[in-house]
Amino acid sequence: MTNNFVNGVLKGDPLSIARVITMIENNHEKAIPIIKTLHRHTGKAHIIGITGVMGSGKSSLIYELAKKYREKNKKIGIIAIDPTSPFSGGALLGDRIRMMNLADDENVFIRSMGTRGMLGGLTSAVYDTINILDAAGKDIIMVETVGVGQAEVDIVKIADTTLVVLVPGLGDSIQTIKAGIMEIGDIFVVNKADRPGVEQTIAELKTMLDLTRIVTERETPIITTIARERKGIDELINEIEKHKKYLKKNNMFEEKRRKRYETELVEIIKRKLTSLIFDETNLKEKIQSLTDQILKKEIDPHTAAEEILTRVIK
Amino acid sequence: MGGVKPGMTMFDGKMLDNIKKQKSYWEENCYSEAVKKKPERKDSFETLSGISVKPVYTPLDVGDINYEQDISFPGMYPFLRGIHATMYRSRVWTMRQFAGFGTAEETNKRYKYLLEHGETGLSVAFDYPTLYGYDTDHPMARGEFGKCGVAVSSLKDMEILFDGIPLDKITTSMTINGPAAIIWAMYIANAEKQGIPKDRIGGTIQNDILKEYIAQKSFIFPPEPSLRLIIDTFEYGFKHVPRWNTISISGYHIREAGSTAVQELAFTLADGLEYVKAAMQRGLKIDDFAYRLSFFFNAHNDFFEEIAKYRAARRIWAREMKKLGAKKNRSLWMRFHTQTAGCTLTAQQPEINIVRVAIQALAAVLGGTQSLHTNSMDEALALPSEKAVRIALRTQQIIAEETGVTNTIDPLGGSYYVEWLTEKMEEETYKYFDQIEKLGGVIPAIEKGFFQREIAKSAYRYQKEVDEQKRIIVGVNKYQLDEPITIPILKVDEKGEQHQINRLKKLRIERNQTKVKKALDRLRKAAMGDKNLMPYILECVHAYATLGETCDVLRDVFGEYKEPILY
Amino acid sequence: MEKKIRVLVAKPGLDGHDRGAKVVARALRDAGMEVIYSGLHQTAEQIVRTAIQEDVDVIGLSLLSGAHMTLFLDVIKLLKKHKMNNVIVVGGGIIPEEDVPRLKKEGVAEIFGPGTPTDEIVDFIKKNVKQ
Repeated sequence: MTNNFVNGVLKGDPLSIARVITMIENNHEKAIPIIKTLHRHTGKAHIIGITGVMGSGKSSLIYELAKKYREKNKKIGIIAIDPTSPFSGGALLGDRIRMMNLADDENVFIRSMGTRGMLGGLTSAVYDTINILDAAGKDIIMVETVGVGQAEVDIVKIADTTLVVLVPGLGDSIQTIKAGIMEIGDIFVVNKADRPGVEQTIAELKTMLDLTRIVTERETPIITTIARERKGIDELINEIEKHKKYLKKNNMFEEKRRKRYETELVEIIKRKLTSLIFDETNLKEKIQSLTDQILKKEIDPHTAAEEILTRVIK
Repeated sequence: MGGVKPGMTMFDGKMLDNIKKQKSYWEENCYSEAVKKKPERKDSFETLSGISVKPVYTPLDVGDINYEQDISFPGMYPFLRGIHATMYRSRVWTMRQFAGFGTAEETNKRYKYLLEHGETGLSVAFDYPTLYGYDTDHPMARGEFGKCGVAVSSLKDMEILFDGIPLDKITTSMTINGPAAIIWAMYIANAEKQGIPKDRIGGTIQNDILKEYIAQKSFIFPPEPSLRLIIDTFEYGFKHVPRWNTISISGYHIREAGSTAVQELAFTLADGLEYVKAAMQRGLKIDDFAYRLSFFFNAHNDFFEEIAKYRAARRIWAREMKKLGAKKNRSLWMRFHTQTAGCTLTAQQPEINIVRVAIQALAAVLGGTQSLHTNSMDEALALPSEKAVRIALRTQQIIAEETGVTNTIDPLGGSYYVEWLTEKMEEETYKYFDQIEKLGGVIPAIEKGFFQREIAKSAYRYQKEVDEQKRIIVGVNKYQLDEPITIPILKVDEKGEQHQINRLKKLRIERNQTKVKKALDRLRKAAMGDKNLMPYILECVHAYATLGETCDVLRDVFGEYKEPILY
Repeated sequence: MEKKIRVLVAKPGLDGHDRGAKVVARALRDAGMEVIYSGLHQTAEQIVRTAIQEDVDVIGLSLLSGAHMTLFLDVIKLLKKHKMNNVIVVGGGIIPEEDVPRLKKEGVAEIFGPGTPTDEIVDFIKKNVKQ
């Protein structure tokens, strides 16, 4: 079975790609050997992270980018991430709506993912999903995250090029996203640029970027687009390509990849450790009884934790 | 409510003081005692919109209403009691049953049937391809031919649809929005071919694109060019087709999509004001076109709330139009059509829908509607059969002829509850107006998904209440029967589609191609500029350019609308 | 870890009535499922391609225009063509009783007419998706 799936993914068969992603999302043990084999087939794709506030038109922008890349005969993978409800564990994955017309093109593969348990951060399955799409021969992989939170900061660890999308007139949108976000953008996009307040938004952005810029020779570009009218898309693609060249020229591409694999490795260790500990049977009861003891001051939380850990790691 | 208004209120202060005393006595000695013995059925009583309802209403609840200013007389500002001085004492409402299916031939037969049975106006339902401006043989039209209405792809179909029906004797309402200007042009052209001049035909085109973006989703072009086309019809209408209502601003679909009564009222009026402002911006004078604006509301289950809704609608509209500078009385009138709520019909025990429809229709009549469609009992199952449509029409005739509710105008005026609720609806509507304004107006609010989200929330809450038995639907979550449904159902003749496609193909071959091409080219050029497009559209229609061809030209110039992503 | 049920809620054809589809989408989310909503005006090809890429367990088709005999069956045919035999297809909307046997014979698992409590749909999906 492993071989079938590996071959399927390598051939770019949508069904195989889709199934392997599902296995990964569900922590299916059979997925691991597949992912292991796929690793050496990865590394060719250009990974673009796209983030920004709700209503900034990210999905439309991705749709237009994808169409333009298709004209250049590039194969596209898109991962759209939406938050999972912490209460029900369910999610409404709606970003696809904007891209439904791409569904007619077999060289575009779109996958919607819920954040599931990762408290707003990127689900670790995203790393593997990128690898799967990469191995499947996608030239461009776009990863879209919604809202402002941990996921946005995480995206920089995955993407080669990160786009931060803003819109004019969202009032203090820049204020809300400045925390941690200004640093991660390789390219800033002011979408819906036909709305009033564009100049002001660009001016604010520039000030903010000047304040946060780490000293480099590269100035962070700000591109204005009107995705709905397909305006500014060529310029944006141009900037993305320029950024890729810049990375390559300065040996930063390799550096970025290194960082990503490092994060990925740490994530896997963390996940394995967590499951090692929490999959332990009777752990729940043990935690309950230890909590009772802590309450009665018979034991302190640190000692209790050490007790559990020594039980598991032997 | 809203503090004491200047001028005379309905009850003087001393009288209210006495009533207040009596009310406290009642509350302490009668009501609370009674509740102890017989607890109330629910913890709280609410209208369908979620407005909390008291056990009893008194003059205290309407104490600050000024009769002369706020209620007044029928036919007098602010028209709360009705737009005409005599209302149904002179003439009852127009009984107008929405109908259309299959080919133009089949629907023409149904119209003649309805007219024979006492219907007084026609109302055309178009099928989906027509609503989206596609000809019957377009790939997206697959499976949809004639299902939800009649297919009209060219003037030829329009000619057949009204064959043998005197267009100067009846009025026709057409539920069409995206391609409204084109379909209207076909109707005008057909009348002209029958020898009836434009100024003698009467009727309505729905032509309300804003509610399409909000609720019904049959849109073609983006907001700006859509509004342009609509204003073009306004202008052409009062100049050349003065008996025609060039828009029917519709709350019906907003309600069917799941809104509350308050949302229906607020969003519809906001849409209406948006059209007026857009027309004025174009330079039209408000008193030139305002009298041709009409409205379309839903009649849902909460009897009194619906009546209050219609009354509040009239008052708000009159006040807002006055603010916008309307001088003529007719410009202040809110004339409206009502349809009973399709979404309240149940597939279970379909016969009981007759009762629902009767009660909803009664609310519309007590609310002073100008025309009425009563739904057929089988509509939750399929297209209505002839018998079901006849019973629905008979329901209106019973209300008009047997019940006596038409003997006096606005018979519920002065009811403490109804007047209070009317004020409450108005208050809630203005709250929504404020929110819409904060979002930058109706179109920005649409683009931000404000209306769509509000409606989806209400729809979900309603369904949850039904699922949790907090809201009872007879036959669905209470008093269920386990019996097979035995209502005869109308099926569209599948051969009709081929027949229609053949006719279309033949037309495309036989017409004068040079004329068609020239007309379409001229339309394209005009669309790129800012001239009124109606004459150009009429030229295309007369040349037998099809609906799809004409819309394609406009799609090319204007682009197509895409929905914002929402839940 | 329990497998998450993934559902595609889709609106084929030109029908714009999305009240039911949206209500059901929310209800399924609240029942812990991942719901992909297609938006309006989808062709059968778009729906099936989406179902493949998203690897959904269930496709919920909603249609009130009466075109279900054409459009539902188009989706079923395409699913068969792509060997997507394990996807459960359910339908909702205005579907006359007499059409139901044919739809079921062709492979629609269940039809939920007007008035169906959302819990019933949730239960059906939970029961029928292989864990």
